[in-house]
Amino acid sequence: MSSAAHSSHKTSPELLLQLAGITKKFGPLIANDAIDLTVHKGEIVALLGENGAGKTTLMNILFGHYVADEGTVTVTNRDGNLEHLEPGAPQAALDAGIGMVHQHFTLAENLSGLDNIVLGTEPIFRLRRDRTAARTKLADLMSGSGLNVDLDQPVHKLTVGEKQRVEILKALYRDARLLVLDEPTAVLTPQEADSLFVILRQLAATGLSVIIIAHKLAEVLAVSHRIAVLRGGKKVGEMQTSDADHRSIAELMVGREVPVSRRTERVPGAPVLRLSDVTIDRGDARRSLHGVNLTACEGEILGIAGVSGNGQAALAQLLAGLDKPDSGTVEIFEAIVTKFDAHQFAQNGIARIPEDRHHDGMVGSMSVAENIAIEDVRSKDYQKFGFLDFAAIRKRAEQAIKDYDVRCPGPDASARLLSGGNIQKLILARVLEKSPKLILANQPSRGLDVGAQSEVHRRLLEARQNGAAVILISEDLDELLTISDQIAVIHAGHVSKAIPTDAIDRSELGLMMAGQTKTDTQQAPTSNTIHPGETP
Amino acid sequence: MIRFEPRSNPGPVLVYGVPVFAAIFAILLAAIPLALAGAPIIDAYGLMITGAFGSVFSTSEMLTRATPLILTGLAAAIAFRAKLWNIGAEGQLYMGAMAAVVVGTGVIDGPSWVMIPAIMIAGALAGALMLIGPTLLKTRMGVDEVVTTLLLNFIVLLFVQMMLEGALKDPMSMGWPQSEPIIDSAILPPLLERMRVHLGLIIALVAASGLAVFVKRTVWGFEIRAVGENAAAAKFSGISVTKTMILVAALSGGLAGLAGVSEVAGTRGYLATDLSPGYGYAGIVVAMLARLSPVGVIISALFVASVFVGADSMSRAIGVSSYLADLIVAMSLLCVLIGGFLTRFKVRFDRKKTAG
Repeated sequence: MSSAAHSSHKTSPELLLQLAGITKKFGPLIANDAIDLTVHKGEIVALLGENGAGKTTLMNILFGHYVADEGTVTVTNRDGNLEHLEPGAPQAALDAGIGMVHQHFTLAENLSGLDNIVLGTEPIFRLRRDRTAARTKLADLMSGSGLNVDLDQPVHKLTVGEKQRVEILKALYRDARLLVLDEPTAVLTPQEADSLFVILRQLAATGLSVIIIAHKLAEVLAVSHRIAVLRGGKKVGEMQTSDADHRSIAELMVGREVPVSRRTERVPGAPVLRLSDVTIDRGDARRSLHGVNLTACEGEILGIAGVSGNGQAALAQLLAGLDKPDSGTVEIFEAIVTKFDAHQFAQNGIARIPEDRHHDGMVGSMSVAENIAIEDVRSKDYQKFGFLDFAAIRKRAEQAIKDYDVRCPGPDASARLLSGGNIQKLILARVLEKSPKLILANQPSRGLDVGAQSEVHRRLLEARQNGAAVILISEDLDELLTISDQIAVIHAGHVSKAIPTDAIDRSELGLMMAGQTKTDTQQAPTSNTIHPGETP
Repeated sequence: MIRFEPRSNPGPVLVYGVPVFAAIFAILLAAIPLALAGAPIIDAYGLMITGAFGSVFSTSEMLTRATPLILTGLAAAIAFRAKLWNIGAEGQLYMGAMAAVVVGTGVIDGPSWVMIPAIMIAGALAGALMLIGPTLLKTRMGVDEVVTTLLLNFIVLLFVQMMLEGALKDPMSMGWPQSEPIIDSAILPPLLERMRVHLGLIIALVAASGLAVFVKRTVWGFEIRAVGENAAAAKFSGISVTKTMILVAALSGGLAGLAGVSEVAGTRGYLATDLSPGYGYAGIVVAMLARLSPVGVIISALFVASVFVGADSMSRAIGVSSYLADLIVAMSLLCVLIGGFLTRFKVRFDRKKTAG
């Protein structure tokens, strides 16, 4: 990929940051291999790549958390002269005006937005605080950028989008000239993401430079001026966004053609799962469900859309057999479930793919083979008189490694050595091999690279074709719209009626995710901080 | 500036070599306090070695000392494997010993092949019950088992004292707070003529190998490993964390109880409140030195026992405080912990470079 079309809208403004020949090795692994990257004033550069492509390592070098084995970081200082950034010194990066907004916010929840922003910038040895200067500066920043937040609210009362604005303001307040955003849209609704992009564009217009780390292609195409793609630690392409298209970037990221999974026509069969009026009240929105009705049928993927923390965890716990409803009934295979027990669920042909595959999906120190057999070690196939049948366990693992293309040194290797995508393949091998009739897939492709994502989708669609009912909980609308037959929206523990995917549009879905019902029922409150429906 | 970078995959040399190296290093470090005490260092080391291995008698003493350490070491190892922080092996040991005394001082009588298993079962059960209680509190109500098991040690010791002053007191003891002697048929016989090393050593070795097989090859061992390494994933996959924890508690408490049985019926012959010089706590050190491996526990218990016995006899010979033994054991634990850290992380010294 060449960066030939340089002329379009920017006639080479002044250089702000230059990474030259950055190389970083961790033992035999080359995390960054001679990467060059430049950022100009007022430019938004998207840094794209699969997991493990080296994006994070590169940013850690920029911030002085790691020292590069080779290569230099050069910043134009405030006087306009080029200056080497001292390696391994986070303070130097801050002084040079490089600010970072992490994916997981670093805010003190009990303090106000203002407190969070000025924290650490005020002298300690002063009895009285004068914040008029800070307020004036922030008011200027807000009016210039559209970053509007009520700074006197304690942070825990703010929505996720507002918290992110506080984070950005925090960086700007410290006179950041370059803002690095790590996966900024992962926690936002589509509308919030759009408004973030508008803000970023405005900030760029006033001269701020931005590096956005991302793996969602559509967003990158919407917001950035230039795209740099990393793969396997190397920069494999760089282009003006105006010259880029979805497919070519995806292939550049993965290094091969990405098969697109599509649903084929299939008539759904008998209901497999039916929730009637299920309520789980844990006094906390993210762990509660309120009067949920839901039906999933054979040969159907039912998508559950929603912003994270709206009750998905409660639904997933319930369907995984780890929690039981306070009231209401759960019917699986036309029988009312009375015993909510993870072991029973697994043995009854319910495939459960956990949300956090590292935390809930595998035991790192145990072998790949043991991890594949973990749900079934008590079954007769894998033990005799309480003694594990290692031959059978290993045979299954060898088959699974082959069938699911789990890249690992072998069945006896520790599971912790596997990459995220391969752990997910391992989990798929564990649960799908038993041809389940009901599949709970909670964020099955989150954090996976494009290739592994498409593999997960292919497997789920294959299971659907074979007659399984799939509950797909996801925050990725593209994913939901691509493979679900129907989509229901979860918000504050309430689940909407499922709508056929073909009759749905993104903006409508986005509004529902923010808690607004469009037509039929009552007009719900406008802000997504207010929860419709009291807890019973 | 010093920084630590994780190692991707430590090799076997590192994993097995580090504890050995740490132990040797700790013994060498002991030269410092020896020198401070003004002792002839080379002679002192020589005396330590002969004290532990110099004769059949000294080796027998060392093995006698290693026996309860193997059992309490196993108790700590299995519990820590499952992240059940059992600090109460000392109390479980005394309860095991007391149960052995209750059963083994004449209430029932029979041949050795009846009596020895009987006191072993009684002791193991008593130890197991002592740990199942705190474990239930932990799984049901989230009570910290470190606190409960630690405090139970003191309660048990006072309880034993009370019993030795009362119901269990030997009327023939001339006022000493000690129990009646274990009857002959329940005594663990010595392995060598006129030596103290006894059947308990064989029991401990069998327990260690049994536990190794159990953990590695059985369904329950599998579940214990899964719960210990990642309780969330184990739970998600359908393993009952509570049941597994109780199984671990029974095993761990039972092993500590057996240590008490072995001491009371093998070494001492009667129960007194000075039965254990802290074997329960030393078991934690033994388990940590062994990196929680059951077979490793045998080796580390032998090491700790030889340091104790060797330093004891050395201190008698040249008049250095026998606390030196504790010092060496503590230092080797520290060395192993540091070594463990170094197996997982690489240390990098970065020279501060000026930009340019």
